Amino acid sequence: MNAATKTSAANQSGTHRRVVSDRAASGTPGIQLSGVSKTYRSRDGDVPSLRPLDFHINAGEFFVVVGPSGCGKSTLLKMISGLLPPSTGEIFVEGEKVDKPHGNVGIVFQNSLLLPWRNVLNNVMLPIEMKRLSREEYLPRAKALLKLVGLEGFERKLPWQLSGGMQQRASICRALVHDPKIILMDEPFGALDAMTRERMNVELMRIQRETGKTVLLITHSIPEAVFLADRVLVMTERPGSIAAIYDVPLPRPRSLDAMADPVFTELVQRIRKHFFTQSTLD
Amino acid sequence: MAEPQNPGGVSKALNAAWIRPFLFLIFIVVAWDVTIRLFRIPPYQIPAPADVVAVLWQDWPELARQAWPTTYATICGFLLSAAFGIPVAMLIAGSKTVESYVYPLLVFSQSVPKIAIAPLFVVWFGFGIVPKVISAFLLGFFPVVVSAVQGFKSVDPDMVDLARAMQGSRFHVFCAVNLPHAMPAIFSGLKVSVTLAVVGAVVGEFVGSNSGIGYVLQRSIGTFDLPTMFAALVILALIGVVLFWIVDRIERLVVPWHVSQRENIIFAA
Repeated sequence: MNAATKTSAANQSGTHRRVVSDRAASGTPGIQLSGVSKTYRSRDGDVPSLRPLDFHINAGEFFVVVGPSGCGKSTLLKMISGLLPPSTGEIFVEGEKVDKPHGNVGIVFQNSLLLPWRNVLNNVMLPIEMKRLSREEYLPRAKALLKLVGLEGFERKLPWQLSGGMQQRASICRALVHDPKIILMDEPFGALDAMTRERMNVELMRIQRETGKTVLLITHSIPEAVFLADRVLVMTERPGSIAAIYDVPLPRPRSLDAMADPVFTELVQRIRKHFFTQSTLD
Repeated sequence: MAEPQNPGGVSKALNAAWIRPFLFLIFIVVAWDVTIRLFRIPPYQIPAPADVVAVLWQDWPELARQAWPTTYATICGFLLSAAFGIPVAMLIAGSKTVESYVYPLLVFSQSVPKIAIAPLFVVWFGFGIVPKVISAFLLGFFPVVVSAVQGFKSVDPDMVDLARAMQGSRFHVFCAVNLPHAMPAIFSGLKVSVTLAVVGAVVGEFVGSNSGIGYVLQRSIGTFDLPTMFAALVILALIGVVLFWIVDRIERLVVPWHVSQRENIIFAA
């Protein structure tokens, strides 16, 4: 939130581009990546997925990554959550070095991935079970979160009885229930129709404001990225590397009207150019 | 005119789901009877349905008494194949190493005809219930393993990642995600398995037994008593159907959430 306002006033002319991010020392809150790369080993030899990345995501920041498909965005997300070890470099989450699943993240995927045999409430409670926390303690929180996303009264429904947008809301609750500092979202609204998607964007922004979480969101949609983000990281094609990081100097709270703002359209254009000069965005 | 507007009791009864197989059965029996009369097939080749029914009626106590050992062996064999098949499938699905060692051999072993090795069990275990149970087990085992492996492997890896990222232990994640996910596939394997277990038990009775429906079958073939043989086949089919139905009911209790069961939820709600 504050990152946007910090740089916005000075750089209205459109020079809010920074290729190298501010490097914070380890021990600071947020997410810190230094020299993180990933190379997959396959039968045909090593396949580089991510070139060494250096950047820092501040605590409470809404950070969005855009890039063409196959640029290693999902790999990045898995490495930050501790599911996948980086080939080189180090990742720090809340000052702690990541070398195994640390549970300090909530994850939302493109598919809601709700367990079909559990009702909505029990799906939301899944992280609590996995982390072996007290069910009684977190049950009120789960219910409050469902209320926050407008799913009050759907607690006992099974996932298939919900619309796609409602399922994705439930999966956002699941990512928040154990009160992680960081929410990782991998194209969370990619499977939704355009109208639901816009509504979900507004809603997600509200949820982020109300909970104050650090959000790392991955998307294909440039307007979505600019609309949501405090900062946008633009990635190159495989093997992925940082093309640029932009500050988004739009004031908060934002409504859908922000998309008509000249600053918004100019930034969208500017980011789009990255992909058209390189090759196509598929 | 009145009938289509007001579907009466008769047409309603004809449309009930459970009555359709019976109607089809009656059709088959009538066709069977007509064929025998039309082509003058002698009773030592195919018996008339009426004769079979007569045997079923007269020898009912004896047939029921012989049905019990077969049913018992089937159930034991089936339970064994479930008790071994599901854990073996877990191992195969959970470890590439186990899969590469065990799976090809398992498939290979399936191409060995059970009837050919059934006499061996008699040599090893005598004429009691054991060879029948083993024979039923061997036939029922494979479908359980194949279906369960497929079920365990079809879990969305993202779903497992999600649970793992929450620091769920391997066992925890398995119980919360993989096992419930595999349940529908496991049950489809169990349903195939239970009907094959009946066949297995009969094969066991063929090669060495003095009780059971398989024994009745063999004895009646020996004496060209075809009505009794057909009656025994009817009993066997009944055993298979009843056991299948029981597994199907259990499935509805265990996986009420599955796509194939959803209609029932709506009706229940």
